[in-house]
Amino acid sequence: MSATLVPDVGRTVVRANYHPAMLVGGTVVVAAFFSAAPWILPAAWVSVLNNFFLLLILATMWNLLAGYAGMVSIGQQGFIGLGSYALLYLALKGMNPFAAIPLAALIAGVIAVPVTFLLFRLRGGYFSVATWVVADSAMLVILSISYLGGGTGRPMPGLTSLSPTEYNHDSYLATWLTALVVSVGTYLLLRSRLGLVLASMRDSETAARSSGAKVTSTRRWIFVIAAMGCGAAGAVLAISQPFVQPGNAFNINWLAEMLFATIIGGIGTVEGPIIGTIVYFVLYQTLQGLGAWYLIIFGALAVAVALWQPGGVWGLVRDKTRFELLPVGYRVREK
Amino acid sequence: MTWTNVLVQGILFGGFYALFACGLSLLFGVMRIINLAHGDIAVVAGYTAVFLVPHLHIAEVWGFVVVVPIFALVGYVLQRTLLQAALDRSPLTTLLVTFGLSVLIENLLLEIYTANGQSVNIGSLIGNSWQVNSVIYVSWFQLVVLIVAVAVLGVLQVYLSKTSTGRLIRAVSDDREAAQICGANYRHIFGIAAAIAVATVALAGISYGILTELTPTTGGSQVLLYAFEAVVIGGIGSLWGTLIGGILLGVAQQIGAHYNPAYQVLAGHLLFLAILALRPQGLFGKKEALT
Repeated sequence: MSATLVPDVGRTVVRANYHPAMLVGGTVVVAAFFSAAPWILPAAWVSVLNNFFLLLILATMWNLLAGYAGMVSIGQQGFIGLGSYALLYLALKGMNPFAAIPLAALIAGVIAVPVTFLLFRLRGGYFSVATWVVADSAMLVILSISYLGGGTGRPMPGLTSLSPTEYNHDSYLATWLTALVVSVGTYLLLRSRLGLVLASMRDSETAARSSGAKVTSTRRWIFVIAAMGCGAAGAVLAISQPFVQPGNAFNINWLAEMLFATIIGGIGTVEGPIIGTIVYFVLYQTLQGLGAWYLIIFGALAVAVALWQPGGVWGLVRDKTRFELLPVGYRVREK
Repeated sequence: MTWTNVLVQGILFGGFYALFACGLSLLFGVMRIINLAHGDIAVVAGYTAVFLVPHLHIAEVWGFVVVVPIFALVGYVLQRTLLQAALDRSPLTTLLVTFGLSVLIENLLLEIYTANGQSVNIGSLIGNSWQVNSVIYVSWFQLVVLIVAVAVLGVLQVYLSKTSTGRLIRAVSDDREAAQICGANYRHIFGIAAAIAVATVALAGISYGILTELTPTTGGSQVLLYAFEAVVIGGIGSLWGTLIGGILLGVAQQIGAHYNPAYQVLAGHLLFLAILALRPQGLFGKKEALT
């Protein structure tokens, strides 16, 4: 289809400045490596990778919200918590926790639908703080349900039949597969028609509206998708803990980490959250044992990037080299 | 009689929430931004009163006199540097930068002073109360805070409508370009607005530290959320609406707490969400303020 977009005058329209087969091939190689990771990497690395992919899911979702749809949510920890508790509830009712992950994500998404009708009455900063009020309300409601462990929390049932090795492998694979689905899904979404609307909203909301883009309903979709993504992250978090507690599941630090990772990597780019998550883990591993300092340094770095290099690390790389690892647009190339 | 007491205590708490909120409301009115570190600045002011004022060898109750002017200066400098730089980029950057600031402040306080609660000690003054009857006690201190809140809002109203600087603030908030053409230095005006906002929230933060304990996370999960709810309930852009909003929030929380202490904060959130559903412009707000 791409060849018909411009007359054939020695140019061709392509997505990537490398062969398309390399994208598919590269994805398969990377996917195969991380799927085999529990058998080829030391257990300590697998545990780090587990946390890495958890944050990657969160950063990808936050990038979709703030980077593309212009919604600076500071309440995503609410959907992480709801995902964790939805999984806990389903497991308490006898479902296999691993099989229940998609259902837990769906529950978080369903809760997000009516929430959008309230939140979308506010804009900008008011929208942001209102998302936090919703997250705090969700936590306070969960706290008052003694069946779900109230303030002290409950261990995740349905995992005791697994040996420690099996448990470690399975919880890693659950996180990794969720991250794979979320990343590939987000990438395909951004390449789709909806992605085109999102890119136009990111660049200029007014122009997008006047060109007939359904901005509000697109926002609603994105908010619900991000709630599902964060809900899935909450579900795999609940399995890898494996203990569900309000103070951890609804922790605002999740939000800080996903937000900082997205800004540092490059907000509004596909590659940004991946780069930002890598930067986060390099910092985290380096500053281990220094308490909250990793978050302080990470936050200071994010503030500096937001002010002086708003494109983030990936924006800098792209501007300097014109290289796109995961292209979502098209470019004209000389034959 | 129990319900009268719930109402009285709610109104008294409302004074705090209005004091938390007026700076947030002012900054939004003038610059169209929300400072997500608003609450954390209040906590830093409270910590300053706890840890620095004792070194000055003055009675702690005088902490206000020292700390509030310092924070007015802090507000001005913060606006002229970090916040203005963010504002020059985009509204999105302002949210990101103030959120980053909020996380930085909370974690620095956590690292330096641990997660323990801190209280501003004003000695026996805090215990004084006026016993209306067998059920209703009115804490003198909370009554003073309510009166101060009303006074601050009143002074702010007069300042904005009568003085030349107040007129400049309103002019810049109405139409920045036109005000600039008439010779207004909007950056300086923004700085003054931020100085007022930060000074009032510092006053609120120290007062809150006298009434209850401050922890590193009080600023975000309590001060910012309550201030924000008071503004939205009362109506964005209305200073007196903010007072009513704060009082309604206080009353809702006390009604919730009357049933179960665990429902105190949730009841406030529910009132906020109900207002959002039924009257998003708030009780005294104008519809246009939403866009």
